[in-house]
Amino acid sequence: MVKDYVLFLGRACKLSFTGGGPFYAWMIFLTILCGIGGNAYMTQFVSGLTTTGMTDQVSWGAYIANFTFLVGVAAAAVMLVIPAYVYRNKEMHDVVLFGELLAIAAIVMCLIFVTVDLGRPDRFWHMIPVIGKFNFPVSMLAWDVIVLNGYLLLNLHICGYLLFCKYMDRKPTWLFYIPLVFLAIVWAVSIHTVTAFLYVGLVGRPFWNAAIIAPRFLCSAFVAGPAILILAFQIIRRVSTYEIPDKALHLLRNIVTTALLINLFLFACEVFKEYYSGALHSASMTYLLQGLEHHGHTYNALVPWIWTALVLEVVAMIILITPLGKKLGYLDAACLFCIVGVWIEKGMGLIIPGFIPTPLGNIVEYLPTTNELLICMGAWAFGILIYSWMLRLAIPIMSGQFSHEKGIALSMSSASEGEMK
Amino acid sequence: MATETNNEVKRRSFLKAGAGVAIAGAIGATLAPLRNMKSGTLDGFFQQHYTRLSKDDIQGIITRLEGEIGRDYGAKVTIKDPKPKSGVRFAYALNLSRCNGSRRCVTACVQENNQSRDPAIQYIKVLEMPSGTFDLEQSDHYYDDEQVPKEGKYYLPVQCQQCENPPCTKVCPVEATWKEPDGVTVIDYNWCIGCRYCMAACPYEARRFNFSKPEIPKEDINPDMGYLSNRIRPVGVVEKCHFCLHRTREGKNPACLEVCPTGARVFGDLNDPESEIRYIIKNKRTYVLKEEAGTVPAFFYYFDV
Repeated sequence: MVKDYVLFLGRACKLSFTGGGPFYAWMIFLTILCGIGGNAYMTQFVSGLTTTGMTDQVSWGAYIANFTFLVGVAAAAVMLVIPAYVYRNKEMHDVVLFGELLAIAAIVMCLIFVTVDLGRPDRFWHMIPVIGKFNFPVSMLAWDVIVLNGYLLLNLHICGYLLFCKYMDRKPTWLFYIPLVFLAIVWAVSIHTVTAFLYVGLVGRPFWNAAIIAPRFLCSAFVAGPAILILAFQIIRRVSTYEIPDKALHLLRNIVTTALLINLFLFACEVFKEYYSGALHSASMTYLLQGLEHHGHTYNALVPWIWTALVLEVVAMIILITPLGKKLGYLDAACLFCIVGVWIEKGMGLIIPGFIPTPLGNIVEYLPTTNELLICMGAWAFGILIYSWMLRLAIPIMSGQFSHEKGIALSMSSASEGEMK
Repeated sequence: MATETNNEVKRRSFLKAGAGVAIAGAIGATLAPLRNMKSGTLDGFFQQHYTRLSKDDIQGIITRLEGEIGRDYGAKVTIKDPKPKSGVRFAYALNLSRCNGSRRCVTACVQENNQSRDPAIQYIKVLEMPSGTFDLEQSDHYYDDEQVPKEGKYYLPVQCQQCENPPCTKVCPVEATWKEPDGVTVIDYNWCIGCRYCMAACPYEARRFNFSKPEIPKEDINPDMGYLSNRIRPVGVVEKCHFCLHRTREGKNPACLEVCPTGARVFGDLNDPESEIRYIIKNKRTYVLKEEAGTVPAFFYYFDV
């Protein structure tokens, strides 16, 4: 058993570096982007966060915005797990693993984004219980550390176990994964709820201090996550021989559509509450949607962004609720709009207005620096790199080309497998 | 045939060597900025949380820190670690009728507390407010203090309110900030991980972050330092007003009070019935900032005309 596992690891290593020209080009391209990001991070590590656009007034920026978006992507894996395991949907069962692998990649990116945001990454060990001092259960950030790492472990186990069983051509033991799959469903909801509570719990930030944030987070997650998966599946279909049924894409499309409608509705609810009551605390929302006049200056850096996001989401909604959405080409476009729209709306669109105006009524705008953007790019490239790598191993296992008996039995035609966007 | 295989082997090993060089070069290029890194000490890296340190530990750390400051800033300094006095509960009161917006308190605080001059960090913000409103969104943070007081304005200095129920300590994931028995919320600068969650949590915008290593000219350094207060902070950690605890715990007044040209500021022990602060709370109509936030500040404002 152990011998088989070691053999598996060795073969997996070999397979990771086996592929055609496009596969190599893609992986080297991503590695270079990671290197550029890594270089930018080293600059930040030496000089401090002064290399970013953040200030005392806007003390969180692009890192935390991307983090928030990616927690949603990770949580959205449940939208495959629930149909596959609760409703025993056959098509979903074939692809659910790719969703769980995406969750792993997303969580890894989340962890990178919070780490690069730390002023003292060398002191990360202060968060480890017992040897450090972990402020649990009082701090929501402590909860977030637990749920994110727990979710990562759960998915690593589920994916690793199922893939190894498939490789060994053995039926997985019910007890070793089904209870954990159901735990992961609840856990997925918890990661995004806890992340929302990070913001919701702050009494000094009225823009976040609203009960609607957690439901909005989940809805927008169920828009962007499945949208990313639809695009990922479309690519997997093109670069490998693995069959992904149209039905799976259409089920995901229904999920994106429903979640998008609810998401837009919840956003409208928030806008109504802020604008109709016209209370003092509506300044952040006004800043986001219209910009603010303050002592003769106009501050409106986010206005073009949020309107772009809203237009993209509305166009995506129109495509999705009309018969257009059933055509795969249009569906791809709608998914892309959803991803970009949600990335803006709940990334920068949610984080930055929380700091504007400041609790003492000052207005300082935020613009990420080049160095900061390079770090973000590096983190994304790393996530995509490991997702591509996981697919490079998972697809041949799932399609039976990589197994204990056969070893790596890849035909030349599938040599460029694993290429992913 | 044999030569062909040989060539093939040569070509392969050449490619492999090339790839190796490329990888090594890429790793080197990625890590290149680390050349400018000043490495810390292992003792510093493994230092435990303040509340877990013995007296001897703290003495050792203080000696190390004094050495580091001497080396980095060229100044000879003494760091003390004054403990809270039992039964004392500090509070502050500020007479808004008197404050004339001169910002003397801001500068005195910077000097006393060794705040970074570049980038400039200040604990106290003085807000210029239009008369007739408490709406902070109408405040001006950047008014010209050469021309004060201005007609139709009043001035509202804000610093850490030393809340009874501080949102900042609650959110800290590593308990690097906590409330001391005398009411002062402090930060262990050697434990803070720099996540800045406390800055997002504070409703009074009282916390500042060291985005880079503090720069202070040698001659401007205040050599009388407190471990939990005004010693020079490391890069990447949060700091804020601590009621000058290295002074107030030894019976002196905070620097901002001493310098105030109008006598608008009153500091004292809430538990002392004879104290001026008690007199003010009893006899003036005081209020606190953002009472609705439920933070219960130990910082009281009042108008007395």
